[in-house]
Amino acid sequence: MFAISTKDIVINELREQLVNPAAGGFCAFEGWIRNENEGRSVERLEYEVYEPLAVSEGEKVIAEAKQLFPFLEATCVHRAGLLEIGDCAVWVGVSAAHRDEAFQACRYIIDQIKVRLPIWKKEHYVDGDSGWVNCERCANV
Amino acid sequence: MKTVTVRYFAIFREHAGLGEETLELDVAIAKDVFDQTRDRHGSSEPLGHCKVAINDAMADWSSEVCDGDTVLLFPPVAGG
Repeated sequence: MFAISTKDIVINELREQLVNPAAGGFCAFEGWIRNENEGRSVERLEYEVYEPLAVSEGEKVIAEAKQLFPFLEATCVHRAGLLEIGDCAVWVGVSAAHRDEAFQACRYIIDQIKVRLPIWKKEHYVDGDSGWVNCERCANV
Repeated sequence: MKTVTVRYFAIFREHAGLGEETLELDVAIAKDVFDQTRDRHGSSEPLGHCKVAINDAMADWSSEVCDGDTVLLFPPVAGG
């Protein structure tokens, strides 16, 4: 399951979805908002998401991960909107019979989500400036 | 000429000053739409860093654009 949420990610609820009697392990990744990027102090962060394609592409990523690293259950939620320092921006969880599949599938899902989904991140800096991440060339025009 | 609706996101939307516009364009493939709207709105991000979708399906820059299509131009993504 892949979802976009405009509300706080409730980790315990997501984790419960992955419980499976055949699972021997569970692996999770949490992406947090940090207070610094490339030497600049960050005050808050804003995610813009094109939800229809983010969801379909996110589901595709999870299906690919299952082919590559057969797991039992997986879920991922990505935030949209304004987030503060320390907030959880993305959560990935995978349960599997063995730890290797759980670790590898979790890694695959977060790595692909970062480079494929139509999600953009605007940093708001402590000095009042702001900028789109990965988009410095166009930001400087 | 084809009637094409172009949708802009994130910094592309800021450069264009709007989220969507319908244009009459002399285009064959998605790259043509990127090039022509880049000239129009002054974005400088290289094509290779960007992505495109047509009618809500991910596409390639060489994908054909038909009359009435909606082309979504995505600047460099940054999820996670």
